[in-house]
Amino acid sequence: MKIPYYPGCTLNTVAKNFDESARISAEAVGFEMAELKQWNCCGATFPLTPDNVMGLTAPAKVLSNASKEGDTLTTLCSVCYNVLKRTNKVIRDNKEKRNLINGFIEEQYDGSVNVVHYLEVLRDKIGFDKVKEAVKRPLKGLKVGTYYGCMLLRPFEDMGIDNHERPTIFEDLLKALGAEPVDFPNKIECCGAHQAMGNEDIVTRLSGNVMTSAVGRGAELIVTSCPLCQYNLEKSQSKIAEQTSGYAGVPIVYFTQIIGVALGQDLNALGFEKNVSDIMPLLQKKGIV
Amino acid sequence: MKIKLAQEEINSSLIKKIERISGEDLKMCYQCGNCSGGCPVSYAMEIPPSQVMRFLQLGKVEQVAKANSMWVCVGCLQCYSRCPKGVSVAAVLEGMRQLTLRKGEDNQKIQDIPFPFLKKAPQQALVCGFRKFVS
Repeated sequence: MKIPYYPGCTLNTVAKNFDESARISAEAVGFEMAELKQWNCCGATFPLTPDNVMGLTAPAKVLSNASKEGDTLTTLCSVCYNVLKRTNKVIRDNKEKRNLINGFIEEQYDGSVNVVHYLEVLRDKIGFDKVKEAVKRPLKGLKVGTYYGCMLLRPFEDMGIDNHERPTIFEDLLKALGAEPVDFPNKIECCGAHQAMGNEDIVTRLSGNVMTSAVGRGAELIVTSCPLCQYNLEKSQSKIAEQTSGYAGVPIVYFTQIIGVALGQDLNALGFEKNVSDIMPLLQKKGIV
Repeated sequence: MKIKLAQEEINSSLIKKIERISGEDLKMCYQCGNCSGGCPVSYAMEIPPSQVMRFLQLGKVEQVAKANSMWVCVGCLQCYSRCPKGVSVAAVLEGMRQLTLRKGEDNQKIQDIPFPFLKKAPQQALVCGFRKFVS
């Protein structure tokens, strides 16, 4: 099964480990992520002001390109997923904006593409039971904090991937991989997002709250689905360790990297060298590798 | 705190403009405070989300425009998620930002962004940050 795939700018560069580990894991469970022949940045933020139609033209172009390659488009980055899915809804439901956008990008796109997250492909098209069957290195005894962040879940009526207050899709996946998911209070809270550009104190505090909250509930590892969450958490790690007694840091990895481990993929192909904390001592301690 | 209310401020064209840009009806808010409770950055805001709504209901745009609240908002939509009336304070704050940005006034200067950040940050942080802080 081939599914058209939109990597987005960050996965093509800084977060190459997210992209590569996802492609390898996809193949291990029986689908291929077919990168769109032509794509551009999605804009990295869905305009919250509805009069800003210009902000929808870039994601509309991506969606229009995707419609020429199939009826489904999958993506990994939470922000790309959020922007593409919400833009698609506007194009589908709002005729006036649809005509305006199509006129500008010189396309005739009607919003018919189904935007799905990689997690949804695993849950709804492959099935977590099939993922479980493909596990070669069960993540037995590994306590994993499931960090959803904001953009994967909100706004709930547009995203609909899971319950927006008490999501379980990550937990269900991790159970299939043999790990012990750790539920923690800050799993759907913000990491500080774009405040990384000029207000590091906010990022340190918010990301710190996420990490200490997860570790406080017993997490030995945190998984993310967004390169900005990954960056903010990793960047705040040492400062939080200095400020918080009893907190020594926790490895942060993309959820696809840990899937790759569980599915028995080559550990050198999963891009762990790009992560700030080394996850290998933990995996060795647990007898997973 | 004493404030003087004026009918012409409450019904001003600027208030109508904020409602039009943000797509939100300011009068929907009944001040339950769920947004301020759920907001992860209300601790850093000079005026927390629920009070932003109240100031604007009373036509006090200037107070909100002077405060740091709109620039501190992370756009996580927790306010909207928790609002029993379906109001998105995040959209209202984006509308407030747009009032400034659309005049060509930047909140952050690109030349002030530290070089190590530009070199290492994910592109999405820069694209998103520019859209939120730069005209």
